[in-house]
Amino acid sequence: MKMTGAQILCESLVREGVEVIFGILGGSVLPLYDTLPQYPQLRHILVRHEQGAAHAADGYARATGKVGVCMATSGPGATNLVTGIANAYLDSVSIVAITGQVARPFIGKDAFQEIDITGITLPITKHNYLVLDAGSLAETVKEAFHLTRSGRPGPVLIDLPRDVQIEQAEFHYPSRVDLPGYKPTLQGHPAQIKKAAKLINEARQPLIIAGRGVIISGAYNELKELAERAQIPVVTTLLGISCFPESHVLSYGMLGMHGMAYANMAVAAADVLITIGMRFDDRATAKVSAFAPHAHIIHIDIDPAEIGKNVRVDVPIVGDVKVVLNALNKLIISTPHIDWIEQLDGWRREHPSIEIRDTEGLLPQFVICKIYEVTRGEAIIVTGVGQHQMWAAQHCCYDRPNSIISSGGLGTMGFGLPAAIGAKVGCPGDMVWLIDGDGSFQMTIQELATIVQDNIAVKIAIIHNSYLGMVRQWQELFYGKRYVATPLSGPDYVKIAEAYGLPGLRVTRKAEVIPAIQQAMDEPGPFLIDFVVEPEENVYPMVPPGAALAEVLEAPKEKAKVLSDSAKLSVSNI
Amino acid sequence: MATTKHTLVALVTDKPGVLNRMASMFRRRGFNIESIAVGHSELPNLSRMTIVVDGTTTSVEQVRKQLDKVVDVVKVSDISGDAIISRELALIKVKATSSSRSEIIEIVDIFRASIVDVASDSVTIEVTGDEEKISSLFNLLRAFGIKEVARTGRIAMVRGEPGPLPMEEKTARAKRQK
Ligand SMILES: Cc1ncc(C[n+]2csc(CCOP(=O)(O)OP(=O)(O)O)c2C)c(N)n1
Ligand SMILES: [Mg+2]
Repeated sequence: MKMTGAQILCESLVREGVEVIFGILGGSVLPLYDTLPQYPQLRHILVRHEQGAAHAADGYARATGKVGVCMATSGPGATNLVTGIANAYLDSVSIVAITGQVARPFIGKDAFQEIDITGITLPITKHNYLVLDAGSLAETVKEAFHLTRSGRPGPVLIDLPRDVQIEQAEFHYPSRVDLPGYKPTLQGHPAQIKKAAKLINEARQPLIIAGRGVIISGAYNELKELAERAQIPVVTTLLGISCFPESHVLSYGMLGMHGMAYANMAVAAADVLITIGMRFDDRATAKVSAFAPHAHIIHIDIDPAEIGKNVRVDVPIVGDVKVVLNALNKLIISTPHIDWIEQLDGWRREHPSIEIRDTEGLLPQFVICKIYEVTRGEAIIVTGVGQHQMWAAQHCCYDRPNSIISSGGLGTMGFGLPAAIGAKVGCPGDMVWLIDGDGSFQMTIQELATIVQDNIAVKIAIIHNSYLGMVRQWQELFYGKRYVATPLSGPDYVKIAEAYGLPGLRVTRKAEVIPAIQQAMDEPGPFLIDFVVEPEENVYPMVPPGAALAEVLEAPKEKAKVLSDSAKLSVSNI
Repeated sequence: MATTKHTLVALVTDKPGVLNRMASMFRRRGFNIESIAVGHSELPNLSRMTIVVDGTTTSVEQVRKQLDKVVDVVKVSDISGDAIISRELALIKVKATSSSRSEIIEIVDIFRASIVDVASDSVTIEVTGDEEKISSLFNLLRAFGIKEVARTGRIAMVRGEPGPLPMEEKTARAKRQK
């Protein structure tokens, strides 16, 4: 049957199971938008800035495991997507970005709103396409979805000239893709798996470092089986959080720059490291030359180019985490590592890392801890970037798989609100809490209009410290307390909420925290709480830049009086 | 030949922008590429690229893996360890006077190069060979005054039986034709 390019695109999206598109229209996608009403299965959510569309698609994809789709017009619409695409690229998220392009005869002529978006996104997409005839569009969409969700996920962009959207072509949706240059390896090499098993079985102080690859692969049970069978303690990267229940006796939290001191010490002392679906980011490894000096390293990852990129590896296993762990687990002998685990527990007792001081004033950690407690850990937590992000990672106890969504690789301020929108749209039955910084929030604050227009019941907690706090912390510690350009004003957030049309509350005292969170939960729609917190609180532990993982700075001791009610401390077995 | 220089051969699908994708990746990753030569392979739809990488400044294994990740790259091999034939073509335009011309011709003959153009004050020499041969010729000719040089960059092939590379191309082609 003959169809227009726009119809072919919509038909193809429907066949790929797309339910939601986040976007903003413009001249070069008008034919496409004009066709959308013919496909009521494709819900379009109008965002207020294309960066929000890309982040929303990203949050949707992370929360659901499906492909997120965003759409923008040519030129400025397309360039506004760039930060969101880069964010998805660095965190290996499955999104497809569809951009309008000027009509074919105008390409290369610097036409109105013409920009070379395939050129711009070359280094931040897994692959991208400029579609030059409607006849090849179905095949392109098929390939794009296959690429974005298979192997190591990553964003794919399709640039669609305006006249191709109108051009008629025969529609036939291919049943398979033809990509001779693309064959992700799923099965690990049996000889390598055997070698890994031998190392693990002979290890005295083994440690698992688990990353987002475990979540992408859905290998929760397999990871648990490996850890439990051989009694191997587990630490995670920031993006790996919630791939292993944090209340589990073998869980030792997050490693890295703001990881738990005991987790970092464990890495430094381990004799065998089993690194799974992670990529040795410098925020996780700290000084690479001093990383895990005593360990033989096993690295399981689906992307062969990650093997040996940053850290030397003794046993590389290229494959899908779930498939590889399934094979590996069969060869693992049950071994109690009693002394090793006792040592880790000792470090945890001596360096509890995330105690919350008992103060008059309202501490950000206290707020985050209470959000966790009142929501009983049932919410999907989405964060901005900064101190509040690290506290959110540290002070909630993530037991439910895939229950935190955060921008790791790119560290994109402004990610939070649109990503929370995507998560809530993807998982309407789940409670979604955004824990955002006042700086981060102001970067995509306009999406408040989106949640009101589409009634997206995101609960927003602004950790309002009147600073670009994480940068202020660095200035305090490493730049002689010269707070250049970090003091931050903002609007009255409660009035802002009201102006956009959602209820809001301000909280300045400890006693108000729990009732406010409760009120937000009782509200069926979106809700905003402005938590005005102590401005100069620091995130500890901290591995200073350039230092080795074990060289952890802990919270200054004079502030010794602590509350023992940090969520993680009360649930973890110590 | 210097052992630090690695020869990678890549087969890539003939699509617009493939070279751009590869060049963009080299630049972004900070890879030091000495030369790239591109041309048709024996198969339709597939081009063959020969890439020379200096192994002292760049991890050749990373280059190979990152190339392999480019979706349009069908196959990459590091053939440096194999017995290979490698060639480069150069055109060298040298100043020549009636008195120096015969001396130049003598050198050209020794190198089994040929003179492809003669003008009143210059001759143009065509030479093929590995980089060392071309560099030696170049050094000898320098004394006469070099006016212009064009070099192609290395192309290379494993000697004897087709190696693993063409075998898999066939399956790739078979797949494409389905
Ligand atoms: C888009 C962007 N710009 C700048 C930065 C650098 N940066 C990292 S954290 C941070 C401060 C974040 O402030 P806020 O959102 O208020 O969070 P806080 O640290 O105060 O909790 C800045 C400016 C960034 N990560 N992203
Ligand atoms: Mg702040």
